[in-house]
Amino acid sequence: MHNKSVAELSRELESGKISSVELTREFLDRIKAEDGQYNSFITVTEDKAMADAKAADEQRAAGQASVWTGVPFAHKDIFCTNGVATTAGSKMLANFVPPYDATVTANFRAAGAVCLGKTNMDEFAMGSSNESSFFGPVTNPWGLSNGQKRVPGGSSGGSAAAIAARLVPAATATDTGGSIRQPAALCGVTGLKPTYGRVSRYGMIAFASSLDQGGTMARTAEDNALMLNVMAGFDPKDSTCVDRAVPDYTATLNEPLKGLRIGLPKEYFSDQLNPAMEQQVRNAVKEYEKLGATVKEVSLPHAKLAIAAYYVIAPAEASANLSRFDGVRYGYRCEDPQDLNDLYTRTRAEGFGGEVKRRILVGTYALSAGYFDAYYLKAQKVRRLIQQDFINAFKEVDVLMSPVSPSPAFVQGEKTSDPVTMYLEDIFTIAVNLAGVPAMSVPAGFVDGLPVGLQIIGNYFEEARLLNAAHQFQQVTDWHQKLPQ
Amino acid sequence: MQWDIVIGLEIHVQLATKTKIFSGSSTAFGAEPNTQASAVDLAMPGTLPVPNEQAFRYAVMFGLAVNAEIGRRSVFDRKNYFYPDLPKGYQTTQLDHPIVGPGFVDVDLADGSSKRVRIHHAHLEEDAGKSLHEDFHGMTGIDLNRAGTPLIEIVTEPDMNSAEEAVAFAKKLHSLVSSIGICDGDMSQGSLRFDVNISLKRKGSDELGTRTETKNLNSFRFMEQAIAHEVERQMDILEDGGRIIQETRLYNGERDESRSMRSKEEANDYRYFPCPDLLPVVIDDAFIESARDLLPELPDERKARFKKRYGLNDYDARLLSDDARMATFFEETASHGKDAKLAANWVLGEFSARLNADDKTVVQAPITGKQLGQLVARIADNTVSSSGAKKVFEALWNGDGGNADAIIEAQGLKQVSDTGALEQMVDEVLAGMPDQVAQYQQETDPKKQKKMLGGFMGPLMKASKGQGNPKLFNEILLKKLNH
Repeated sequence: MHNKSVAELSRELESGKISSVELTREFLDRIKAEDGQYNSFITVTEDKAMADAKAADEQRAAGQASVWTGVPFAHKDIFCTNGVATTAGSKMLANFVPPYDATVTANFRAAGAVCLGKTNMDEFAMGSSNESSFFGPVTNPWGLSNGQKRVPGGSSGGSAAAIAARLVPAATATDTGGSIRQPAALCGVTGLKPTYGRVSRYGMIAFASSLDQGGTMARTAEDNALMLNVMAGFDPKDSTCVDRAVPDYTATLNEPLKGLRIGLPKEYFSDQLNPAMEQQVRNAVKEYEKLGATVKEVSLPHAKLAIAAYYVIAPAEASANLSRFDGVRYGYRCEDPQDLNDLYTRTRAEGFGGEVKRRILVGTYALSAGYFDAYYLKAQKVRRLIQQDFINAFKEVDVLMSPVSPSPAFVQGEKTSDPVTMYLEDIFTIAVNLAGVPAMSVPAGFVDGLPVGLQIIGNYFEEARLLNAAHQFQQVTDWHQKLPQ
Repeated sequence: MQWDIVIGLEIHVQLATKTKIFSGSSTAFGAEPNTQASAVDLAMPGTLPVPNEQAFRYAVMFGLAVNAEIGRRSVFDRKNYFYPDLPKGYQTTQLDHPIVGPGFVDVDLADGSSKRVRIHHAHLEEDAGKSLHEDFHGMTGIDLNRAGTPLIEIVTEPDMNSAEEAVAFAKKLHSLVSSIGICDGDMSQGSLRFDVNISLKRKGSDELGTRTETKNLNSFRFMEQAIAHEVERQMDILEDGGRIIQETRLYNGERDESRSMRSKEEANDYRYFPCPDLLPVVIDDAFIESARDLLPELPDERKARFKKRYGLNDYDARLLSDDARMATFFEETASHGKDAKLAANWVLGEFSARLNADDKTVVQAPITGKQLGQLVARIADNTVSSSGAKKVFEALWNGDGGNADAIIEAQGLKQVSDTGALEQMVDEVLAGMPDQVAQYQQETDPKKQKKMLGGFMGPLMKASKGQGNPKLFNEILLKKLNH
């Protein structure tokens, strides 16, 4: 059963071939047996999951089941779960149990899905390798055969690794600069970052508020659509959430792709891209041509400025967002504070990890008197130019396609000493967040036995078109079905 | 050396919304600590602010009441600093795009002149919680009930030149925000808090001196004292050839002392930037008009109406119109009192004096406008003399027996206005005072005659047991004596 998709499991449950209790037990046993080598979970809520599974079976027996009733999944440990520890991968929140649900969490609960636990992540979603987690690095299920431990990408590396290792069929994730797409690509699973404002951010621990977006991760595009059906929608608790009708994302999965206009941004096929990776991406585009799509080169002239702008805006917002972690009301507090200043400085010095501190410092600097105009304001201007690039591109084409990451999963520790090399992991994903448009990562081949992702970028609120394109690709390819050895 | 005093004010006004500016928690004052603090107010991870529409409406009402431009695109910014009663580590406020733009308030001064104080802007922001330093044995207690209470911070231009002007403006502002219903006006609960910026410059010079800011003055008396204190302090320094340091000061009203809180160099770099959790709020014409519809009559409008409708002079009209409750009381008195000017005299005279003496506000007064009006009507129609009326007022105030008529009746205060009876008394009194009558009639200086007339009034009032109408007595006397 653990190789089946959410859609398949839902049908198995509906047909009565298996109960949610049996299914949940099977996945929990797999986590117990196998997660020691991946460390993809921070918290496993076995008792709660079994109780929820039992309730789901009763609900199904009563004829009140939804597609999700009784289907196991996991939440990235950035979504607050009422009564269950929510850490954001940080020592600062290692002891934090929220008394409320994130809107996303509440939506899955209402749909009857069975949450098995909380997946590992880079601390406060800051990282591209899942090595900044206080709870230890996550190991990519791919590439283990040659004896080296590779990163799953980040920051949603726990969710991606858990899905790749068949420990859960689906998991929530978040994407601020590529945190869904890059780990999905590196772990060979399918992920979607929706349009900014499509999914509520309430109860999702903030990294950079104007960029953070909750999204979906599973093996198939269809499962991503099923997830988005649960997650998308207006939330009166989030002022940046958009009040706009939510389509049934599964309804258009089978639309033919004939006439789909694909644009290839020339800036994303640069010499920074591993040539073998490029070949895989171009092969994928050829598949689309076979399906009737047309392809042309387009330009995102300001894309090269995206990393620089992002590493001003995201840390600036983070520096304020993370001020609340002060040891006063919840979370970590240093031992024996001597006075207020000591409480603040030691709590934050001891509670935050290195990457988080680096970004708080960078953000604080960028907002400081005398630097604000040169950094923050300038970065916001660049951001508007980048948005305009995408608006212009979508006048010519329906979707953009590109690689997700410049190279496949790298070996743990390889890039931790050089933050800039690490930041360049997101070179193809970050502009999407600055513009706020939706984008997916779809498995599209292998290089040296490691998965390669195809990025499909859409216009604002065109998630259905992306899911349709990904689903049709998955009808003619089987990259997403491959199992790590 | 002669100095000009330059004063500008910053006023924090708590808006009287039922719930907080970014959460659904109650804003009621006086609850047990932290019982009105939700996950949003506590800045729990992942929580987000949602703006309270009513706070915007109140802010727009204020803007309209001070003749201000309304900011059509209102943007919230984060003001970053660490403090235990500031849960998010930043205050959500407005820096570059406030909801209320430039406006003005005209203030009447005691000498009868009027002063225009310009409003620089007013912005919406959230209040912080409270740090409680007592009762925690060397630790600090944090109460977040107040955190997130909506405020408007009103910033004036430095247009005031004396403590008197500043206090007159502050009182006017207090009356304004109370009467339009956007603030409960209770200064003892911190509903209005004043920061005063003061500098001195050489008389007649255009060059402003260095200013200091004295923070958190929560009574008009302390404000007046604090300004006097700071002016004197700065004057002493300048006259000794010293320099004023730009700083924030705290004033202790009990001891009439002030001390430096922090200098400009020690000031925080607040690292303002637009709050990414809140989108810009666009205020359209319909919203502004709906706010305008909610505005009651403003004190200035009321004053003009009082002058026109009741024929009051400027001074009386102002005293009666500044406070909405006083104005209502007066209008009730006038409507029952037949003579509006007489009603005004009684409300501002006997009634106000009695409120002061008993330390009561208008709403706490034991008599109604109707009761006072009925009394005024009896004075106007000569049923009771003014001295008799004072006795009636006293009885009404003390709650002895219902209305003025009943008291006049019960205490026998009705004036005798029967001309025949009064003439008879005059004849009798004059017959008993032949020398004085002769003296009066021989006198040629009308001033002296007038004075001598008073000599007959005492015996006449005595003869009538105080119930003779003095006006009629006067007329009859003149008629008889001038024969």
